[in-house]
Amino acid sequence: MSRCVPLREIAHARAGDKGDRSNISLWVEDPRHYHAVKAQITPERLKSEFPRLMLGEIAVHALDHLCGLNIVADRALEGGVNASLNLDSHGKSFSFLVLGLTVEID
Amino acid sequence: MRDRLYRIGTGAGFSADRLDPAADLVERGRLDAIVFECVGERTLAFAHRDRRRDPALGFNPWLERRMKVMLPLCARHGTKLITNMGAANPRAAAAKTRAVADALGLSKLRVAWIEGDDVTDRIEMSGGMVGANAYIGADALMPALAEGADVIVAGRVADPSLFLAPLMMHFGWRADDWPLLGRGTLVGHLMECAAQITGGYFADPGRKDVPDLAHVGFPIAEVSADGDATITKLDRTGGEVSVRTVKEQLLYEVHDPTAYLTPDVTADFSKVSIAATGADRVRLAGAGGRKRPDNLKVTVAMDGGYLAEAEVSYAGPGAGRRAELAGAVVKQRMAGVQGFNDAVRIDLIGVASLLATADRRGDVDLATDARLRCALRTGDRAMAEALLWEVESLLTCGPAGGGGYRGRIDPSVTTETRFLDRGLVPTRVHWL
Repeated sequence: MSRCVPLREIAHARAGDKGDRSNISLWVEDPRHYHAVKAQITPERLKSEFPRLMLGEIAVHALDHLCGLNIVADRALEGGVNASLNLDSHGKSFSFLVLGLTVEID
Repeated sequence: MRDRLYRIGTGAGFSADRLDPAADLVERGRLDAIVFECVGERTLAFAHRDRRRDPALGFNPWLERRMKVMLPLCARHGTKLITNMGAANPRAAAAKTRAVADALGLSKLRVAWIEGDDVTDRIEMSGGMVGANAYIGADALMPALAEGADVIVAGRVADPSLFLAPLMMHFGWRADDWPLLGRGTLVGHLMECAAQITGGYFADPGRKDVPDLAHVGFPIAEVSADGDATITKLDRTGGEVSVRTVKEQLLYEVHDPTAYLTPDVTADFSKVSIAATGADRVRLAGAGGRKRPDNLKVTVAMDGGYLAEAEVSYAGPGAGRRAELAGAVVKQRMAGVQGFNDAVRIDLIGVASLLATADRRGDVDLATDARLRCALRTGDRAMAEALLWEVESLLTCGPAGGGGYRGRIDPSVTTETRFLDRGLVPTRVHWL
């Protein structure tokens, strides 16, 4: 039977910035959950979850052998570290934005 | 000599990093070299701002304090010190380093600085440019290492290149051996943020508990001639080096893992293997590399006017709604009374701030401790001051129970990215 869990319960993540581009790497702890996460954390899903934040192209690069996904979101830092009005102008907290999403796993 | 492991440590992973773990690393780590990586887009912009105010400034503000502690240790243990603390003014940074060394009786230390990353005269912008720096690579440092530099002070050297250069020198790696340079670049990439691979920027209580975070140790890489490496840290330091910390750093500020671009190589991190081989020891292998890019990335710093921020807090029942009302008042008055028509950012810290644009909000009716934060950017100093005035005047004119006002105005520099043919960016070593 499948269940719905916040990503924070089954994965860890780290966010970084370059210009106005944010990247969030997401690492699934148990390989048995990896393919379900990979199937659900897609550019389309991210775009629909954060329509006002992630304004540009989104790519998700997979490192299957390490159970890792690298989310790269263009125009997602409200202008970037030296232009944003966000208190967290680096988007350091965005790792936990992603870890707050829920996924269905078996 | 070249068969033995090269031991390289990180003494700083950003401009304001701690000093005590760096000193510990040189004292007990038997290091060949220690790297202080202290430049980012934000800090380089600040450095240009400082240099504009005073031509003797524009390098890392912690340089003197760091050198006073590190130079005697490095001299005693025969550890090279390599840094980009020169930021926007490596010449002045090197002069300060020389002065510190001489004052400590270390006149024999050979201090080199690297000229060439400042390409302000080669970039055309339509007004407002503060400075432009190309990301220069390991090749800029090699002549200084070849001539026996003990200390190298540079500006915008790409972060991993600071580590790659001494590895290339020690092992005799050729500048076009792309797979080897890819492996050395992986070492530099993993090490460049210091504690971020030893348990810093990682702890999440209950999910990821880190031992003795208050005394987190800085990392050591033990690199072999084939470029593979073990990441570790000193015993009796806090933190952890684990598969999880290494994974998170592997893709930190990386976009396409098959093509991590540096001035030295197009590195491929997509097939890297990561294995725990002991307590706080993680073994890396399998990085690759292809030919380096023809162009160098350039960060252009532009005058960004001022960033004004002002805050006031509300607590107890109804705090969220009172903070919200205060924010609405500021917004109305900035537009109507002050005539400011650009964006005014309104955050309710405790309800919605960092993730507000992502539409992740707490329940404003449940908040019992909410801090209003207002922010704007403007080229007009008077308008920046107007924001502070409007928020401070909430104390008597705003909602009930507001306290803890703080306001600040910071000159701001914005950045843009350009590219330059590497042939237009010659570099040169100077000795002091």
